Amino acid sequence: MTDLLEVDNLGKRFGGFVALESIALSVRAGERLGLIGPNGSGKSTLVNCICGTLRNEQGSVRFDGRAVDGLPAHQRTRLGLARSFQLPRPFVSLNLMDNVRIPLLYTVAARGGHHAGAAIDDHCHRLLREVGLETKARALPRDLTQVEMRKLELARAMAAEPKLLIADEAMAGLTHSEIEDILVLLVRLNEQGVTVILIEHIMRAVMSFSRRLVVLVSGRKIADGLPEEVMHDPEVERAYLGQ
Amino acid sequence: MSVRSIPFLLVTLAIGAAVFAGAMLLGNDYYFFAGYVVAQYIVLSSAWNILGGYCGYVNFGTAGFFGLGAYSTVAVYQLVEGNEFPHVVPIPLLILLGGLISGVVGFGMGYLTLRLRGAFFAIATLALAVVLETLVVNWDFVGGSRGAYIVRPETIGPIGSYVRYLFLLMLVLAVAALNVARLIERSRLGYGFATIRDDELAAEAAGVPTLRLKLVATTISGALMGMAGAPFPYYIGYLQPSSTFGFDYAVNAIAMSLIGGTSSWVGPLIGTLLLGSLQQLITVTISSAVNLLLVGALLVVFVIVAPNGILGLVHKYLQRKPDEFVGRRRIDLDAAAAAAATAATAAPPAAKPGSAPGSPPP
Amino acid sequence: MIFSFDLLVNAIVSGILIGGFYAAVTCGVSLSFGILDIVNIAQPAFIILGSYIAYTLNASFGLDPILISIIVLPAFYLLGAVIYQIYYLAFERRGQESLRGLAFFFGLLFITEVTLVLYFGVDYRYVQAAYIGPTWHFGWVDVPLRILVPCLVSLLLIAVLQLVLTRSFIGRAIMAVAQDQLALRLMAVNPVRIKRIAFGISIATASLAGAFLIVIQPVEPSVGREYIGRVFAICVLGGMGSLPGTVIAAMLIGIVESLTATFYGPSWAPAVSFGILLLTLAVRPAGLLGRR
Repeated sequence: MTDLLEVDNLGKRFGGFVALESIALSVRAGERLGLIGPNGSGKSTLVNCICGTLRNEQGSVRFDGRAVDGLPAHQRTRLGLARSFQLPRPFVSLNLMDNVRIPLLYTVAARGGHHAGAAIDDHCHRLLREVGLETKARALPRDLTQVEMRKLELARAMAAEPKLLIADEAMAGLTHSEIEDILVLLVRLNEQGVTVILIEHIMRAVMSFSRRLVVLVSGRKIADGLPEEVMHDPEVERAYLGQ
Repeated sequence: MSVRSIPFLLVTLAIGAAVFAGAMLLGNDYYFFAGYVVAQYIVLSSAWNILGGYCGYVNFGTAGFFGLGAYSTVAVYQLVEGNEFPHVVPIPLLILLGGLISGVVGFGMGYLTLRLRGAFFAIATLALAVVLETLVVNWDFVGGSRGAYIVRPETIGPIGSYVRYLFLLMLVLAVAALNVARLIERSRLGYGFATIRDDELAAEAAGVPTLRLKLVATTISGALMGMAGAPFPYYIGYLQPSSTFGFDYAVNAIAMSLIGGTSSWVGPLIGTLLLGSLQQLITVTISSAVNLLLVGALLVVFVIVAPNGILGLVHKYLQRKPDEFVGRRRIDLDAAAAAAATAATAAPPAAKPGSAPGSPPP
Repeated sequence: MIFSFDLLVNAIVSGILIGGFYAAVTCGVSLSFGILDIVNIAQPAFIILGSYIAYTLNASFGLDPILISIIVLPAFYLLGAVIYQIYYLAFERRGQESLRGLAFFFGLLFITEVTLVLYFGVDYRYVQAAYIGPTWHFGWVDVPLRILVPCLVSLLLIAVLQLVLTRSFIGRAIMAVAQDQLALRLMAVNPVRIKRIAFGISIATASLAGAFLIVIQPVEPSVGREYIGRVFAICVLGGMGSLPGTVIAAMLIGIVESLTATFYGPSWAPAVSFGILLLTLAVRPAGLLGRR
């Protein structure tokens, strides 16, 4: 089986600052990958380069068998690459229904998926129900709590019916039971065949979710392997204890 | 969604016909002169709002696009003027031509600046009017800085005086602009525009082709403004670069949209009817400079005190709770439309003879 | 051949001199738009306001226009501080600065211009000063003093501003406010206060620029419009917020405009800066000396 995502020799600088240095990463279809690293290690920059929010000057990204370098973000989303943002970025003037409606209108429809009128409304309701927001379907994002905002962020990413979902710190600030909710959600998605990359600081969540762990430190990949082994890697220990 | 656009079209057409019939009954050409200006501003503010209100991109170049339309008409007029039949080019065709040229310029401006932050687009449009004025001033064929005279026919067919015909055309254009605005608002495109206004990065991540949609918006918006400008030389009779490319059009289009409320097509309509009638009144009673000062002052006061315009205030009143944003589709559009329609029929007679801004000298 | 070479050199010299003046016109916007990210499109209107204040006091008391502009600097600073406070409360704090903040400044631009029209009419006004009229000749290069004096004072103004920005505490805080508000808060500096001060300074420069303008040419209320495209073209070309960049870009645009006016006719000059602005935005949005 081929890799769903192949990142090769990827580099990104901001002015003189090297944010990412020759990153290589491949993710197989159906995998559950954890991506960890200290603050400022380049995790979000990597996500932004993979998703097309930022342009990488160096290296290449292949997704689902084709090079996506130079493709704008919306085309990558349409290919099946969805992400949630670290700081939730809802559409503030649209209610929750319409927030999850956007990917249906613009991504699923662009792939030839057929949703018409009432069917699309049902689908929006179903998505909101999956993340436990069905009672707030008509609310505006500013009426949501921080937790609900993160759930909306996930629901919107799921609405794009992705092959690969990148969840960028979807659990920051959540309680134990809320983390559990989101983990269950992500695992269910994964069982339905969606590949998931989880970027997280909460180690308990990462360790329970991930089947493989990648560690970034200062823009470089320093470890890649089974979670238990990676966590005992001396370099990883040094990076984390050295903080 | 689209099911209700046909009835809406018929209703707006009927209202337009009623307004025209009312003006015909009154018989005084002044109402046509005044009504033309109001209808023209309905087109301009609706066009501005498609880009400004729906997408959140500020266009200060209303006068530029309007002037492009007007001067494309002058250019055609000069081309055919030597002929025996100077009015061989029908005005509807000129309107289409003006729309085409302005649409192309809108697309070009957008293509060059829309990949950057919104402020750059706004600044570029701000300079657009100055540059177009420079071009026209240096283009003797369309009259240069001296201006151009357009001789309009005295009468046309069964309607009577030519200005009645011009008013009719502008009325049709206003109805068309409102329908286009409403159609966009309720379509997939409208959702896409709203995501651009809210958060472009998130929009891209959700699969919205933001650059393409922004170009669609600048093109439609620019084209409508150009269409509003195309019949203007026939209306005014004497076209001068400095007044055609003046800030008045820009400040009016922005003020009317923002004062009415930018979240829906109803806002610019309400704003135009209110501000339009008010301007007629003040121009008559005080002076046209005071009138412009008032527009500027109202704009500043409204953006500070009532950032969502009259629509926002109405919405707040209906909800009876503090509300900063008017949620899309949460306004009772039909009630607002009914109110606007009543106002529309009442608007043109609200003014007095001889007061239309830009009406030709007696 | 000698004749056109003569024209060329004169055009370049007058372009450099005018460019020095353009730098003063632009430095306020470089501060507000380039550093504070406040799109103050009303700056040209405040500059015209400065011109009319210089005109009024010059006509009534015979004071030197540039001296007048220095005397009224504090008033302009206060005006700027008040405008920023309104802007902050009404737009920046609500997160609505993009659409409504722009409309706000557009409204201010319009109100200022129309008020001047109502009060002074649309006749051209000019000032009296010893340096208006005489021209120095260096061989066949002419240097009119009415342009040289504003140019020199303008360069002095920018040097002072640059010193303040790079050397003083408040100046460093202003530079920092654009990049790291959190760090400022940790240093117990209130970013809103810093921005208010910076915006006050940016409006204060309009007083000087206004005096320069009316020394160089007669002024009527709508003259400011020509400067909108020019000012932002220079600001963007100069790299958004870099004062040395602003001076270089201003002189560059001054030279190109002067060459255009000499060889194609002055009526084409207003289109030059716009063309350069569009070109810069399309090709190199970070400007010639971009720091971002």
